[in-house]
Amino acid sequence: MDFQLADLKLIAPHIALLGTALLVLMVEVFGHGRRRPEATWISLLGIGIAAAATGMSCHENRLGFSGMLAADGYSAFCNMIILIVGALTILVSSNYLKDERHEHGEYHALILLSMTGMMFMASATHLLLMFLALETMSIAIYALAGFFRTKEGVESCFKYFLLGAFSSAFMLYGIALIYGATGTTQIHGIMEQFTQIKGLASSPMALSGIALLIVGFAFKVAAFPFHGWTPDVYQGAPTSVTAFMATGVKAAAFAAFFRIFFVAFPATSPVWSQALWLLAVATMTMGNFAALAQRDVKRMLAYSSIAHAGYLLVGVVTATAAAGTGMLFYLLSYAFMNIGAFACVIMLGRRGADSTNLDDYAGVGFKYPLLAAALTLFMFSMAGIPPTAGFIGKFLIFKAAIGKEFYWLAVIGVLNSAASVYFYLRVIVYMYFRERPEAAPEGLRSGPAITVATVVAAAAVLILGLAPGFVVRMAEAAMSTF
Amino acid sequence: MLDWIWLIPFLPMVGAIINGTVGRRFPKWAVNIIACGSIFAAFVVSVASFIALTHLDPSQRFHEVTLFSWIATGSTSIDLAYLMDPLSSVMTLIVTGVGFLIHVYSVGYMHHDSSYNRFFTYMNLFCFAMLTLVLGNNFLVLFVGWEGVGLCSYLLIGFWFEDQEKAKAGMKAFVVNRIGDFGFLLAMFFIFMHFGTLNFREVMAAAPTAITAATATLICLLLFLGACGKSAQLPLYVWLPDAMAGPTPVSALIHAATMVTAGVYMIARCNILYSMAPGAMATVATVGAITALFAGTIAIAQNDIKKVLAYSTVSQLGYMFIAMGVGAYAVGIFHLMTHAFFKACLFLGSGSVIHGMHDEQDMRKMGNLRKYMPHTYRTFLIATIAIAGIPPLAAFFSKDEILWMAWSGGFKAQWALGFLAAGITAFYMFRLVFMTFFGEERHDEHVKGKVHESPWTMYVPLYVLMGLSIVGGWVGIPEALGGANHFHHWLAPVLDTGSMEGARHAAALVGDIGPSAAYASGGGGGGEGHSIIEYILMFASVGWALIGIAFAAFCYLKRTDIPAKAAASAKGVYELLYNKYYVDEIYDAVFVKGLVALSNHFWKFWDVVVIDGAANGLAKVVRATGGGLARLQTGQAQGYALAVAIGTVALLAFFAAHATL
Repeated sequence: MDFQLADLKLIAPHIALLGTALLVLMVEVFGHGRRRPEATWISLLGIGIAAAATGMSCHENRLGFSGMLAADGYSAFCNMIILIVGALTILVSSNYLKDERHEHGEYHALILLSMTGMMFMASATHLLLMFLALETMSIAIYALAGFFRTKEGVESCFKYFLLGAFSSAFMLYGIALIYGATGTTQIHGIMEQFTQIKGLASSPMALSGIALLIVGFAFKVAAFPFHGWTPDVYQGAPTSVTAFMATGVKAAAFAAFFRIFFVAFPATSPVWSQALWLLAVATMTMGNFAALAQRDVKRMLAYSSIAHAGYLLVGVVTATAAAGTGMLFYLLSYAFMNIGAFACVIMLGRRGADSTNLDDYAGVGFKYPLLAAALTLFMFSMAGIPPTAGFIGKFLIFKAAIGKEFYWLAVIGVLNSAASVYFYLRVIVYMYFRERPEAAPEGLRSGPAITVATVVAAAAVLILGLAPGFVVRMAEAAMSTF
Repeated sequence: MLDWIWLIPFLPMVGAIINGTVGRRFPKWAVNIIACGSIFAAFVVSVASFIALTHLDPSQRFHEVTLFSWIATGSTSIDLAYLMDPLSSVMTLIVTGVGFLIHVYSVGYMHHDSSYNRFFTYMNLFCFAMLTLVLGNNFLVLFVGWEGVGLCSYLLIGFWFEDQEKAKAGMKAFVVNRIGDFGFLLAMFFIFMHFGTLNFREVMAAAPTAITAATATLICLLLFLGACGKSAQLPLYVWLPDAMAGPTPVSALIHAATMVTAGVYMIARCNILYSMAPGAMATVATVGAITALFAGTIAIAQNDIKKVLAYSTVSQLGYMFIAMGVGAYAVGIFHLMTHAFFKACLFLGSGSVIHGMHDEQDMRKMGNLRKYMPHTYRTFLIATIAIAGIPPLAAFFSKDEILWMAWSGGFKAQWALGFLAAGITAFYMFRLVFMTFFGEERHDEHVKGKVHESPWTMYVPLYVLMGLSIVGGWVGIPEALGGANHFHHWLAPVLDTGSMEGARHAAALVGDIGPSAAYASGGGGGGEGHSIIEYILMFASVGWALIGIAFAAFCYLKRTDIPAKAAASAKGVYELLYNKYYVDEIYDAVFVKGLVALSNHFWKFWDVVVIDGAANGLAKVVRATGGGLARLQTGQAQGYALAVAIGTVALLAFFAAHATL
């Protein structure tokens, strides 16, 4: 392996985030343990620098570090999603942490570190680097899930860690098998081996390796039947971390999932696309139907995130450039609408009492009209009702599926999103059609930062829904650089 | 000016946003100014664009404004664009004009309500959606407005959602409308499939060559299913009478003057498609005619003042569909307009009565109100004469022309049903007037001495609408009566192609060349030989209406014992009418109960047996394998791990099945 100084440019965004994470920790150390509100601003600044660096490196369009990672349009688009997720999460967390008396710099450092892992996942073109990045991301997230050290938080953290380790083992074993079959772990190299060696596409070792890789990814994106941890962990973790997990981890995992399967395994695509077809259908159906039964909004959003993973899997099943465009657009829209929704959930909560039962939303519509309007918008978007970002995302993904003649998959997807309207609208019904109970607490847990995050998310959901052209073209351009 | 038409829907939307977000903190007068002012401003823009249109050559009277391209992928491009042409101009004038009057009226009517700003938010939002519906230049924008007005309608029907019955009425409207929307959506898919566009002008221009008559028939029938839901025609009319649970101004604006006419507007918009599908047109005319008579007979036996008006609305909408079905699109729109005037006046009048009677809606507990409410009485009476079809008031011209077009187009059966319904209309409307404003006072104890006239904000709009009910028909006096029929000439650029086609098809269908072809080309006086019949029919229908009025007067003023006796002697018929032909009960038994039974089956079998069984079984397995560690709350985590393991094995097995050793 040879190292070139110029390659550092490819990981400039990653370095920026890592440096910021360390800086935040240092500030905490030298601040003598006092509460450091600067952590928020330093983190945002770091994210801004990383975004600028991403913008500069996106035209490189080349592999670096002996083919370990790529800086291309695809990774740039994914990096942007991850940076947006991170920035929104930090804005959303600011008041929340203060209110919950957990305003520690480590929180920001952990967010930034896991973002670094996520960005490496999106750019990795090498299975081992992808695995290391996935672990970097995950370990930081495990810690974040138990950050409040409440009983539920620690339980969820521990559960996530145990199961995460379990599935990582499968994934690593899968990588080993693929190496055994092809003699490389570089994804372009794998692809070449598949085209050169006859019979490799039906060798048990290679196929088992792919199956185990799917297990690892399916766990991270919370696909059926690897989703079991999701509701418990999402409900137990701090709400801001839940938002971060549901959007950031999903974006990074899907980015790596799509890149690896699109580049390395086209030879075996008839097999794995069938398997993923089943996973996609089972995941979206299970997620939606379980969400129907929930009366806790946070838990409902957890199941809804499973359902969204199902829709996104449709993109991986289809595995065309159009599907990739749809998936990228969907991930971006999902980041905005989901973090926005969780921001509303945070604002309606109280310290130590999240108040996430549906009954706590009764009458919110006329008590807090702006918040209710924003939440209504996010719910519409998740349900895929025009003119919101969620609609366009679903439209692009299902259109790509139809383009590759996955008609039934598209039909099942559309039926699923029709069923999901029920539980998303139920939140709206509670907000506008139920009397607010006398005993309901007064006031919102809001502040400038979380308000900015919510307004930005709402505006983005609307803009992406009304005038998606610009972003769709960017996603198309990103897909053309593979 | 025409470039500014997007302001027409956007002004009310801005009003809705302001009142909906910060209106709660505003004093009432500010809410009033924002709500009424935004509609009035939209009205001004509508008038200005109407004037701008008149300055154009008739063949150039259309103007499209594209706000932006909404979905553009590949060859598919759908714009958010508005179209101003004579038809949408008429509709915007009705919606903003009548809408403004009803807003002003609501200021008085809703004065005591605690959710004042919420009410006006919904009303403004409704106007935005309705104006989007009538101004959209393609089916998708129309559909967005279509769903929008539906949403506002459910919100406003269930406005007093504290009352379970009223919330249920909102739900019923929602469910019934879904059936219609299903048809509309399918029609839209078919249109897109065959034309590759949803733009009205492009679809209509391409229609004669692009599709066969069979396809056109299919599309038109599906569209008509949508219209049946929204415009409350058989068999989907059941939601409208229940919708009267909403505040009365809502009934006037949404469930009489504007939203329920959306189906009529939509068919007029698609007139060229319909004219290619004579079978679909005959269906429309027949359904309309049956509905007109059917709803009219129900109205006879109702005692709730708003219910009578609701069934009357269903009946009048039936007339509009007769007009659409016989290819007399302009006449249908003409009746739509006059109906908006007199029915809004009637509904607002009934609201004034209910207001003055302290929320009493049962006509059996009213009587002699003209003594207490002179303004309401005067305006209500004039509007009633108008709806009864007495010349020279508005409905005489529009309704009579519909009947004449049906007769001359060869639709004799539909004409007969409509003709019968006309007399019945006169009867039940005057029954309402006599029971409410005349006779002895049958007021309840608690309202005695407290009956009062409504404030000026309520009766001034009544007078304006009364005036429009008188003169509103004069813009469309047919040439047979020495008029110039301006209304029809105005709509000719949009509707005439369809009318001529339709008349030809209709004529081919009945083997007779009706004068509607001549009418369509702007003549009206064409077919001299038929003019005599036209006069005869005119006198017949006026005479028939007068008989209805006289009979009502006889029953409810002179011999007030007769109705009870008649009800007793023809108990079966009376019960049948009073219970609205038991349609609700039949629907409930067949559809609702059937569906519930089916769902129960799913729930009991699938959920309880299959899913719970599987879950419990898995739990047992997990517990068995979990052993002692389960106490650390990791029991569940082990369950999840088990699921991961099973999933992995399944995946491996799946892949192994494709491997060759």
